[in-house]
Amino acid sequence: MAYALQQLINGISLGMIYGLIAVGYTMVYGIIGMINFAHGDVFMIGAFVALIAVLLLQLGGAMDGPAAILLVLLASMAVTALYGWTLERLAYRPLRGSFRLAPLISAIGMSIVLQNYVQISQGARVKPLEPLVRGGVEVMRDGPFVVQFSYVQMLIIGVTLAVLAVFTLLVTRTPLGRAMRACEQDLKMAALLGIDTNRTISLTFVIGASLAAVAGTMYLLRYGVIDFYIGFLAGVKAFTAAVLGGIGSLPGAVLGGLLIGLIETFWSAYFSVQYKDVAAFSILALTLIFLPTGLLGRQEVEKV
Amino acid sequence: MTGTIPSPRDMILEVAGLTMRFGGLLAVEKVSFAAMRGDITALIGPNGAGKTTVFNCITGFYRPSSGAIRLHLPGALPVSLHRLPGHRIARAGVARTFQNIRLFPGMTALENLLVAQHNRLMAATGWGIGAVLGLSRYPRAEREAIELARCWLQATALLDRADDPAGALPYGAQRRLEIARAMCTNPSLLCLDEPAAGLNPRESEELARLLLEIRSQGTSILLIEHDMGVVMRISDRVVVLDHGRLIADDIPAVVRADPKVIAAYLGESEEEEEGEAA
Repeated sequence: MAYALQQLINGISLGMIYGLIAVGYTMVYGIIGMINFAHGDVFMIGAFVALIAVLLLQLGGAMDGPAAILLVLLASMAVTALYGWTLERLAYRPLRGSFRLAPLISAIGMSIVLQNYVQISQGARVKPLEPLVRGGVEVMRDGPFVVQFSYVQMLIIGVTLAVLAVFTLLVTRTPLGRAMRACEQDLKMAALLGIDTNRTISLTFVIGASLAAVAGTMYLLRYGVIDFYIGFLAGVKAFTAAVLGGIGSLPGAVLGGLLIGLIETFWSAYFSVQYKDVAAFSILALTLIFLPTGLLGRQEVEKV
Repeated sequence: MTGTIPSPRDMILEVAGLTMRFGGLLAVEKVSFAAMRGDITALIGPNGAGKTTVFNCITGFYRPSSGAIRLHLPGALPVSLHRLPGHRIARAGVARTFQNIRLFPGMTALENLLVAQHNRLMAATGWGIGAVLGLSRYPRAEREAIELARCWLQATALLDRADDPAGALPYGAQRRLEIARAMCTNPSLLCLDEPAAGLNPRESEELARLLLEIRSQGTSILLIEHDMGVVMRISDRVVVLDHGRLIADDIPAVVRADPKVIAAYLGESEEEEEGEAA
């Protein structure tokens, strides 16, 4: 019981990170119908920017308290958003209107470019960071086993919920969100009503990238070890989450992220840690076979 | 071509030598006409005459093979529509509806009308950032936008369906909502592609009244329509296309009696499906 509760806490905090990345996949798919395979690497960039920000603050002796973490988070979001914007501008916009696979291939190329760029500029070695947030709350004790809800996990869950709340308000309540939804439903018609669709698509990438930056920062704080390759696995898992939740659906992406996080954690806890990725990717295969529209997806899906 | 050449002062839309070629197919060939400010101008012709192609050129869906399309607004230089991207055409003051309905089906009727006011709202909110922070100018702009939207919902008898998803409305209501949405962009020129298609006689009658109401508020209308009852009653001028060429351009009474027009509609013209793809 206590063991399961601990796994639940671990699974939710991991799932939040996947959910944040998955939102970026699903938003871009919704608006231009392509899978941005470089999005996992945008998450990796977010983690690296956060690490650099932490080191800079430590150098200045200001890495202290929640304000410093907030500053790191904002810095990572801002810089990563710029990467997202540039990515769309350089690699996807020139290919708009060409055949459907072109931006997809370009995305895979950009993924390789980003990985190699970080590998060369930051070095291939694994980057450790000593924990910034230590300790936690003892939730339950069962003999020798102590259920811990660590402060980092609280931070991850809290920040993610806050970010998602702001994001939901943005999409449902503001003219910008309305324009994004309009572009998602009929891009050409939106243009005819005077909406600058190119700018709306750019903003979609910027928002997606800054959510990935939040995920990257949280990943860094939680695991304390990053390298240029973390984007691949996290990206593919978040993509699985987006597909499971129903690609194109924003609540679906968060739900899918949580489910993938929970499945992976419980699988590791009760069956085998080595095969946890197999479990996650089996979900992808099973979803595509038996539930191609996902849990909350719309019925008509004909794009890939 | 009948009729006198109008002075540019009164024109709102000028189509000059418009040609549209799809591969070997000449869909529209050297068509020139003008729509006057404050008029309802009808564009008619048999199926495949090139009417929708002309519309698609005006609203930026197609790049014309040659020719020019200019929008004349008072106190401003003419705007060359054929050189502008889609959203700039809308901002210049041209709105359109489609033969097949293109609402945003997942959004409510009211939201559909608010999307059409996006530019004004964005300008008032400092790029939506103000909206998130709840700055004071945003609620007022949003209130005004809702006010305008309600005004058009009222005019199209859709006020009680404001919060229903647009895709769930009955067909006739969706047609009216499309017109309401186009009007929410505050256009100088409203282009309607077969707004009466699929409407019953009573609904057509209501539509005719709505269009006259829109004209009386100062918006010029360019109309593609097959319902000759509606066309002849409300149009100030009728432009007739056949096989991509202009065959008549005059007031309704003259066009109705024109032997070339009668021949095009009733005569030996075989039912050719030209590239009038929407």
